[in-house]
Amino acid sequence: MADKHKTPMLDELEHGPWPSFISGFKRLRDQHPNERISGMANSLLGQLEHSYETRKGYWKGGTVSVFGYGSGIIPRFSEVGDAFPESKEFHTLRVQPPAGNYYTTDMLRQLGESWEKHGSGLQTFHGQTGNIMFIGSTTENTQHFFDEINEYGWDLGGAGPCVRTGMCCVGAARCEQSNIDEIKIHRTLLNNFTDDVHRPALPYKFKFKVSGCPNDCVNSIERADCAIIGTWRDDMKVDQDEVKDFVETKGRKYVIDNVITRCPTNCLSLNDDDTLEVDNRNCVKCMHCLNVMPKALSPGDDKGATILMGGKRTLKVGDLMGTVIIPFMKLDTEEDYEKLTELAEETIDFWAENGLEHERCGEMIERIGLVNFLDGIGVDVDPNMVADPTTSSYVRMDGWDDEAEKWFKDKLQSSAKA
Amino acid sequence: MSEQQAEQANRPPIESGCPDAFQYMHPVMRKNYGQWAYHEDPRPGVLKHVAHSGDAIWTVRAGTQRILDVTSLNILCDIGDKYADGYVRFTIRSNIEYMIDQESKVGPLIVELEKNGFVVGGTKNSVAMISHTQGWLHCDIPGTDASGVVKAMMDEVIDEFKGWNMPNRVHMTTSCCQINCGGQGDIAINVQHTKPPKINHDLVSNVCERPSVVARCPVAAIRPAQVNGKPSLEVDEKKCICCGACFPPCPPMQINDAEHTKLSVWVGGNHSNARGKPSFQKLVAAGIPNNPPRWPEATAIVKKILRAYRDDARDWERISDWVERIGWPRFFELTGLPFTKFHINNWKGARNSLNASTHIRF
Repeated sequence: MADKHKTPMLDELEHGPWPSFISGFKRLRDQHPNERISGMANSLLGQLEHSYETRKGYWKGGTVSVFGYGSGIIPRFSEVGDAFPESKEFHTLRVQPPAGNYYTTDMLRQLGESWEKHGSGLQTFHGQTGNIMFIGSTTENTQHFFDEINEYGWDLGGAGPCVRTGMCCVGAARCEQSNIDEIKIHRTLLNNFTDDVHRPALPYKFKFKVSGCPNDCVNSIERADCAIIGTWRDDMKVDQDEVKDFVETKGRKYVIDNVITRCPTNCLSLNDDDTLEVDNRNCVKCMHCLNVMPKALSPGDDKGATILMGGKRTLKVGDLMGTVIIPFMKLDTEEDYEKLTELAEETIDFWAENGLEHERCGEMIERIGLVNFLDGIGVDVDPNMVADPTTSSYVRMDGWDDEAEKWFKDKLQSSAKA
Repeated sequence: MSEQQAEQANRPPIESGCPDAFQYMHPVMRKNYGQWAYHEDPRPGVLKHVAHSGDAIWTVRAGTQRILDVTSLNILCDIGDKYADGYVRFTIRSNIEYMIDQESKVGPLIVELEKNGFVVGGTKNSVAMISHTQGWLHCDIPGTDASGVVKAMMDEVIDEFKGWNMPNRVHMTTSCCQINCGGQGDIAINVQHTKPPKINHDLVSNVCERPSVVARCPVAAIRPAQVNGKPSLEVDEKKCICCGACFPPCPPMQINDAEHTKLSVWVGGNHSNARGKPSFQKLVAAGIPNNPPRWPEATAIVKKILRAYRDDARDWERISDWVERIGWPRFFELTGLPFTKFHINNWKGARNSLNASTHIRF
């Protein structure tokens, strides 16, 4: 290893009680037996210190890929590689985690060992999209590391204009609020689009995220092009004995102030005998009362998912929320799953055809209008899709009678089915 | 290259995609999949979930440095083997969670984690681990660092991570450019550029695909131009909003600046549907110096907001719920932050964010 770079600014980040990533880098530099790794850590510390001093970043992108794929690697070449040569190639491999981010310690060790063999020894569980990020590999070792972990069950995630690695919450594995099989939905969707994950050919990125209930712990409405969120459409379950217990422990005032009056649609009422009355017809499944009283209140039995599309962050028209496309969909049978996959395929196909370069699905919907989008993916309009009907009269409405007839016919059909 | 080497280099990938999670899941969780009845919060950083079968699983959550060196990863694994059952998961905010089926293992596991410098907490009404991006460590367009900002801030709010002192949970995020990969948060600390890009005209035609750069600009401020006899791009600096969207497709349009790249703070982003609908974060402070290695000015503002929220919000109110109840004028009064013309939205659809009523709190 060359002389240790001095890092007076980074040293300041070794103080304080939170675990220090800088101390971790220094452990690799000072204690790791492999000279390649300790050298890389020294070089990386040097470049990062240089960034702190000058308040600038010094990495540039490029083209690095593994054989057969066009995505999954974030190439990083140093612009100051002469001064910090051992980390001048410092690419990240994005690896898809198991849905729900579960690991055994044995598997983590095995991944860590492979990464010590070929990479820097630095990793993150997980990046913002949801990938395991193995940070710091040369172009050549990128292939070697991938070959090794690919043999024992790990595959790369997305990068660039493609279907990206998905994300789902802890879900049915540990959470009482789960309404769907998050893991199965996540894997069914992602592994249906493996080709679109590995070979970027779409207008821009496309993200699936799955939350088991409307608490939306994976932030899918605000970040996913396609959000699948568990919900239920029958009555929520109320264990009145537990309600009484809760009132007794917490007091009536607490229950009125923190449960009853917080219901956004005024569906709750505390009876004189300290049981709870619920107007289920007007409950919007916001989850607040279930969050406060998880032992007393639970989701109903007729479970399924609401699907929203078009969420994204700032670039380029500003942040957009996903909006309702399918108000409710059962996800029990293989047939239900096929319907979900078909919907996803229709959506991605239509967007691939009609989206502009670098235009997210939500931006396309913004540009062409929701009605044209629904038409393109073969979904009928539904009042659950809007916050309000239009307030503008500047709409051409000469097809009104046909549309109204269609609405009544569809209603008849669905009531016949039920 | 020998034939064997060539063959090795061209190994076709196994396109296995997203791996099966059940093989890595604690047996009690596998057994009770979809059959959980309720949960309790025995102490900060610990969850107890009870299944309809009567089985219970305890989860211990610990904050880490996110960018894990392999030594730290191995320590976390050693702790998992010795004090837990060898099953872990990571939250989307990069906390590690140990799942165990015996309550007696909870205490010793916490002691061991803390002995090794990890911080147990981040559940219920705490300040959760700040979710962050890559920054100077690895991004190609960062205006600031991410890991460093987060480390410096978590040091300062560690008691709020370890305890249950807040009215409801507080999710914080950081982002190192205005694309804002960090996402929405109750409090977001984001880069805000304040000057147009500085263009290296000698490089533009070699490096940049000019039509895509022109198309990338949200306000159509970029146009093709000949500069010093070379094809390049020019920016209408009056129109430019200094967002930096042109920088990723065209690195010679340098947006980052040691002095003029600032930090801004946003509040009220909430992804949950609980009570109100999900909400985006709103600007509350900007012009904050990008001041490594510990960003004291940004941290001071975050702490001011946390204090006002802690003292004034009601139980279960997220920051967005709290501000909705008390109104923005009171928010600026309680936090002591200035309200400026920059807080008023001028973007598309902006008038929807204005007060079209006489609803005013006096």
